[in-house]
Amino acid sequence: MKEYHYTGPVEHKFSPYAFNGGTVLAVAGEDFALVASDTRLSEGYSIHSRDSPKCYKLTDTTVIGCSGFHGDCLTLTKIIEARLKMYKHSNNKNMTSGAIAAMLSTILYGRRFFPYYVYNIIGGLDEEGRGAVYSFDPVGSYQRDTYKAGGSASAMLQPLLDNQIGFKNMENVEQVPLSLEKAVQLVKDVFISAAERDVYTGDALKICIITKEGVREEIVPLRKD
Amino acid sequence: MALQDVCGLHNPPLFPQWTAPLSRSFMPEDSTHLSGGGIHGEAFSTRLPGRGGLSPLEFYMPIAEYLTESPINFGQTSLSSALTKLLEIDHLYPSLPSISLPPPTPCPISPSVPLPFTLSHGTTTLGFAFQGGVIAAADTRSSCSGLVACPASPKVLPIHSHLVGTTSGTSADCALWKRILSRELRLYQLRHRRRLSTGGAAKLLSHMLHPFKGTELCVAATLCGWDGDEEKHDVASTPQHANAPTNQMTAIIYVCSDGLRLQGELFSVGSGSPYAYSILDSSVYWGMSVQEATAVAREAVYRATYRDAYSGNNVDLYHVTAKGWRRRERENLKEEYYREKERERKRRVIAY
Repeated sequence: MKEYHYTGPVEHKFSPYAFNGGTVLAVAGEDFALVASDTRLSEGYSIHSRDSPKCYKLTDTTVIGCSGFHGDCLTLTKIIEARLKMYKHSNNKNMTSGAIAAMLSTILYGRRFFPYYVYNIIGGLDEEGRGAVYSFDPVGSYQRDTYKAGGSASAMLQPLLDNQIGFKNMENVEQVPLSLEKAVQLVKDVFISAAERDVYTGDALKICIITKEGVREEIVPLRKD
Repeated sequence: MALQDVCGLHNPPLFPQWTAPLSRSFMPEDSTHLSGGGIHGEAFSTRLPGRGGLSPLEFYMPIAEYLTESPINFGQTSLSSALTKLLEIDHLYPSLPSISLPPPTPCPISPSVPLPFTLSHGTTTLGFAFQGGVIAAADTRSSCSGLVACPASPKVLPIHSHLVGTTSGTSADCALWKRILSRELRLYQLRHRRRLSTGGAAKLLSHMLHPFKGTELCVAATLCGWDGDEEKHDVASTPQHANAPTNQMTAIIYVCSDGLRLQGELFSVGSGSPYAYSILDSSVYWGMSVQEATAVAREAVYRATYRDAYSGNNVDLYHVTAKGWRRRERENLKEEYYREKERERKRRVIAY
């Protein structure tokens, strides 16, 4: 993110990157997964669009959320979709969530010396039908989690999720598994909080709910200021 | 030979291999390579020389001129374009003996693109050998300039049944290069019908990383393994000589992306390593039992996480013997911290 106050004379070079804001969140449950993102596209002090969601559906069991530089997000999703089609045509089956995650790791690392400026989170169902979340850094390091927040408000949201979903740093608490309704409500509350305190998050929230029936979408309005 | 394949000493093919789609990256420049120039006279990127199209991984190398050039001058011919035309012809017809340029290497190409983000760093890992095998331990915190990117990242990765590697440095580099190393070792095992020794694996990793010396790649791994066949394990496990490490098949080798490759009996790597070394140097001796060794390793990582801000969260412990590696349950150091505080409190109560 660029500095926006006067620091003295500075040489401006062309930078191939820009930061377009946005927050992405994914939660995995027993038999469901959620991927949620806000829909604001911003750059510097301006808002380019209020309707630019950051979740992209890949297969019936996998959704990816990409935040960071919008140009790289678009190209990366095009590449992933092309590779999914190639896999489908040569292996006659859809890629599983774990396979997509491993493939994305090598795609990102292939650009180790000129990275895609994208923070990815994949949410979906694994082969046994359990929820899975895979979180990535911009150069391809990944691992499977239960929940993860990425993007501009990630530092604010991740501690809240650690406490509410991971039951971290709480004593004598009953660890109930998360139900779908509670998870959706939690995601809505968490994004409302993020929109309060992060300028790059707001406008609307799009939640993709992945169950064995398929992918369902829900749109919730957020603060527009 | 596997090493020659990996280091790309064969000639790259005239035309790219469409049968290996997974090793190609999908850049629009692919078409310019084929059509002899295409729209722009200069090549967009150079590629690492591959072995018949299947290099360890195809890398996209940005050319310096495009990054420092102003967008207004983009695409206009300049003095340097004549020279690059000559270079570009060479890319397409590498077998011509008259023009022979050395294969392009990534290191002197360009200063890398200034990144708007930082990558994960900071850790404590250790590995040591004793009469009962090899212990490899690490913390699990993955930090990104002040933010804990992941509190539960695995830093000790099993490579094959008798070899584990601890990772330190940029986590993406470590994860991917470990994966590439596992693949190469598996191919070696299939081709030569025996497992490659730890020393051989370390040499392979070191040679694979060598073309990237000088770039921002940062990998510091300690390979801990057990060499030799399983039938001999009855002989090796009897504690005949308490002070004779030479009978052992254990091997611990430190490999760094700078090119360093060291064999030893005890290593600790990372920002928390000075604190871990103090515990290990005082407590590790060859004849220790397995319980003692795991306790010492755990204590060393705990002390390092106590003092180093970039290490923390949990301890991962692996024990490698003739039968393979065994993973100890991941332990949360928060519990250990509270247990210690409790012991401290009791001690103070008894003292007064």
